[in-house]
Amino acid sequence: MPIQYYITLSAILFCIGVTGVLTRRNAIIIFMCIELMLNSVNLLLVAFSKMPPVSKAVSAAATGADAQLFVFFIMVVAAAEVSVGLAIIVMMYRNVHSIDVNFLNRLKN
Amino acid sequence: MNAIIVSAVWGVVMMFCSFLVKNKGLYRHIATFGLIILLIAIFLNAWGINIFDIDDHNMLHFNNFGTAFNTIAIACTLVYVLLTGKEVEKYGKYSAEYFTLIFFSLCGVAVLSAYNNLLMLFIGIEIMSIPLYILTGSDKKNLKSNEAALKYFLMGSFSTGIMLMGIALMYGGTGSFQLEVARVQGLGPGKSLSFLEVTGMLFLFVSLAFKVSAAPFHFWTPDVYDGAPTVFTSFMATIVKAAGFVAFIKLLEVKVAETGIAVDKLIGINWQLLIVILIIATLLVGNITAVFQQSVKRMLAYSSIAQAGFMLFSLFSLNDIAHEGLLLYAAAYSLATIGIFAILVKMKDYTFEGFNGLAKKQPLVAAANTVFLLSLAGIPLTGGFFAKYYMLASVMKTGTYTWLVVVVVLFAAVSVYYYFRVIQAMYFKEGDAATEEFAPSFKFALVALAALIIAIGIIPSIVLNLFYF
Repeated sequence: MPIQYYITLSAILFCIGVTGVLTRRNAIIIFMCIELMLNSVNLLLVAFSKMPPVSKAVSAAATGADAQLFVFFIMVVAAAEVSVGLAIIVMMYRNVHSIDVNFLNRLKN
Repeated sequence: MNAIIVSAVWGVVMMFCSFLVKNKGLYRHIATFGLIILLIAIFLNAWGINIFDIDDHNMLHFNNFGTAFNTIAIACTLVYVLLTGKEVEKYGKYSAEYFTLIFFSLCGVAVLSAYNNLLMLFIGIEIMSIPLYILTGSDKKNLKSNEAALKYFLMGSFSTGIMLMGIALMYGGTGSFQLEVARVQGLGPGKSLSFLEVTGMLFLFVSLAFKVSAAPFHFWTPDVYDGAPTVFTSFMATIVKAAGFVAFIKLLEVKVAETGIAVDKLIGINWQLLIVILIIATLLVGNITAVFQQSVKRMLAYSSIAQAGFMLFSLFSLNDIAHEGLLLYAAAYSLATIGIFAILVKMKDYTFEGFNGLAKKQPLVAAANTVFLLSLAGIPLTGGFFAKYYMLASVMKTGTYTWLVVVVVLFAAVSVYYYFRVIQAMYFKEGDAATEEFAPSFKFALVALAALIIAIGIIPSIVLNLFYF
């Protein structure tokens, strides 16, 4: 399969994620959409590591190991973000008993 | 490397202190001690003494600029903890953890000031931001703080997603995460960039503009800075923001300045024009909205957007003066803003009226506050003047878009209006400014900080010499 297929797929996934973040009102759903964005990047990186589109790939990247390594870093950091983010959402839920981000308008004006 | 490891280790030390040390008043002294060690570590680094010799596979590159900025960031944090460390203890029982998070955030700043690989850019941004999400929400019962934390978190991770997409596309275009490889491969003379690289660079640009709150991407800033506990706003709006700029300029200077090809041809679209639009939009939004604010805290949030507009000049010109200017700006802006916030947390009323008659009650504090505000407005004899001067000089040196200088001076004049409103309230209005008790040592520290800002304004070389260690 040519690399373009992977690029298109992850671009579509990424766009779904961005659209979700911008349009949905539920904090958890927004959160899931962000995860979708991160995972589309993971997919793209793994695809690039196997099929580098640059013909003259430099030696370090020729193995593609660094892109796969990057994927692990993204996973770890995403996990750290989830733990903080969910804690924040729980904290908000305790105070307002809702996770609707439309609630978040107290700071305007 | 020294700063990265020492700050991470000291963060862990602070964490252990929270249950080993029973005396809560001691935490900030331990944090101060840690910052002094950190300062020594970064000086050793600058003199070429590496305590930790770790093979980083060329992912980190320590140059004078990064080290100088890191020194400024640590010194500003030291000033911050000395001035407002006591206030941190007001939020919850576990103030040691807040210092821990500040140390971890500083670790991210240290990574960002030395990164040489897009992986390190991503890790640095995350190490710096994640502790801040927690600090923003540290006032758990306060709904505003909750809202600010959630907003900051969602916007922060959204921009992280965009940044990662940019990095992945750049990897596809160049075959490496190393900054220089991207330079050698993609940007040889006569060679055009691939589509992947262009889009990747644009994504990175957008996400970093998010982080430094440049204009079309600034909308989260006022809410977050307003909602977060004032002590932590002080940290977020100064050191962390400046670190974002350092990350930005390091990315652009490698991709743009050292390639030897015309800047405006870099990615097919006119790169400089993009930044000029960003600068003008940021200055416009920041300055004009700040004029209409009733709360000083919110005014400072918008003024931080406006100041970001000035710092964006360094990204526009990318020459030596821009680097010196960015260091000077980071120091002058951070010190002045930390000083104002230190006074602001002691005020009972955050509106402009709350400052009425402060000069009569606390002449020393009012005088120091005046110096800080004058520095932000860029009045001569204060640090802010030279910071702005260097920024404008760097634009003049590039020789293109010199009309920008006129625009900027006009916006600086607008900014004088809202900074002087505070001074006017303090000196010329009758009122009874309700404040908490100012300890004599606090007043002394404020005066010392004001003196330091004036010293930077008279001899800016005390900061700039760091650049040439």
